[in-house]
Amino acid sequence: MISAHRLTKRFGEFTAVDAIDVEVRRGEAFGFLGPNGAGKSSTMRMIGCVSPPTDGSLRILGLDPATDGPSIRARLGVVPQRDTLDEELTVRENILVYGRYFGLSRAQVRAKADELLEFAQLTERANSVVEPLSGGMKRRLTIARSLVNDPELLLLDEPTTGLDPQARHVLWDRLFRLKRSGVTLVLTTHYMDEAEQLCDRLVVMDGGRIVAEGSPRELIALHSTREVLELRFAADDHTPYAAKVTDLAERVEVLPDRLLLYTDDGDATAAAVQGRGLEPLSVLARRSTLEDVFLHLTGRTLVD
Amino acid sequence: MAGRAFAFWLTNYRRVWRGTIISGFLSPLFFLVAMGFGLGALVDADAGGLGTPGYVEFIAPGILAAQAMQTAVGESTFPVMGALKWQRQYHAMLAAPLGIADIVLGHVAFVAMRVAITSVAFAIVAVALGAITSWWVVAAVLAAVLTGLAFTTPVFAFAARQDNDSGFNVLFRFIVMPMFLFSGTFFPVEQLPAVLEAVAKVTPLWHGVELCRSLVMGTATPAGSLGHVAYLALWVAGGLWLAFASFRKRLVT
Repeated sequence: MISAHRLTKRFGEFTAVDAIDVEVRRGEAFGFLGPNGAGKSSTMRMIGCVSPPTDGSLRILGLDPATDGPSIRARLGVVPQRDTLDEELTVRENILVYGRYFGLSRAQVRAKADELLEFAQLTERANSVVEPLSGGMKRRLTIARSLVNDPELLLLDEPTTGLDPQARHVLWDRLFRLKRSGVTLVLTTHYMDEAEQLCDRLVVMDGGRIVAEGSPRELIALHSTREVLELRFAADDHTPYAAKVTDLAERVEVLPDRLLLYTDDGDATAAAVQGRGLEPLSVLARRSTLEDVFLHLTGRTLVD
Repeated sequence: MAGRAFAFWLTNYRRVWRGTIISGFLSPLFFLVAMGFGLGALVDADAGGLGTPGYVEFIAPGILAAQAMQTAVGESTFPVMGALKWQRQYHAMLAAPLGIADIVLGHVAFVAMRVAITSVAFAIVAVALGAITSWWVVAAVLAAVLTGLAFTTPVFAFAARQDNDSGFNVLFRFIVMPMFLFSGTFFPVEQLPAVLEAVAKVTPLWHGVELCRSLVMGTATPAGSLGHVAYLALWVAGGLWLAFASFRKRLVT
């Protein structure tokens, strides 16, 4: 579906995407993970054929975006990071005008609108003006609208950012259904739970480069341990404690407020810690998550 | 494909068309009554008139062209910025199979339609009040639409280069307003100092005013009219070329 080789995007001196290789196969859900400024959105805009690559090669649906942009876009669905809804039109009208952009007849797009409103659970709001709707509803409408042309490939740029947990779960459910019906999904996110829920395969981007690639399970196996033990001591600086436990885990990470011990058996490590007479305020043994991998790979420094 | 973009603007317009039609009739009515019959009575009686049937007959075709300019500029500033920046409808079009040219042409066509509506409304009022009496008013309406387009495309290019709307105030105050007052709408530009007269004759509005006025007053010559049309068309084409470039720079990055 997507084949990128040494794909690069530069804005003047700044390199947003730095020679990445990506292959997305038909029917899979593929994720781009990364902190803000990692180059996810720039990559998505190149795949969406609205941003010409500076260098490297890019093929989408077997076509070249530089020459076949409109015919590729006719087969894509795009959910941009910021909604591009017409807020003064009604929910239904937004779908109708968007369908017309793809050359659907009035009758076709009307039938399609009913189906999509149902899918996005917006039937009851069909004739409401968009402006006062909640963020979750607007996002569902954007997704519904992006499906008006029955796309083979759906691009979702941070589909659930800013939504409450209920709205996110509704959206995930809808995206699952789409995937089951054979639509290839490509999404960016900085929510690890979203990536774990939705993605068959993903790449972690940082500073315009791909720093890791694989399924969520593979990435955890490769870059983390099975479990993580979190220890919190009554101290402002946890560094002295790290030295006392460093041989009990594969890797120890010092955070401002706690220690993370990467280990295959959290409970056994916790027992060993207590066996040394250390008395943490709190002890938590948990499974490794994609978030551990992500923070390990992209660092804990804030990027603004 | 530009038709698909036009269809969007039409859908959008359906919510507000009533208001625009009412103001489309009212504002020419106010202008013609105040300037034409109010001020005009003074001009004709105490200042010897302008050598035409009457002052109101002189300014009616002028205002026809000038209101076309104002409608065109109004429709090419905030709506363009909104579709780029605020509601971002252009971005939605670009995610679909539409290209830059389709997006620009579709919206320009819509602005032309808006100018046509206000120009027809103005012509109806002017004819009803007896300010325009020639059947050539039909050609004058077309000339007014062309005048509007000569502003639409350059202003599209300008609007697409603005980061916020403060540039529009400058445009309205220092370009549109002076043109409205000094490009022959209310008095012949020959009354201006020679330098200003030369400046006035370069503005597209002066050509639009002259074209409309000569058509309805029966003073048009084929060569003169063709010259005005060609000059206005040049502005339309040059503006379009700039607008394509500005839109591409803004949307395809």
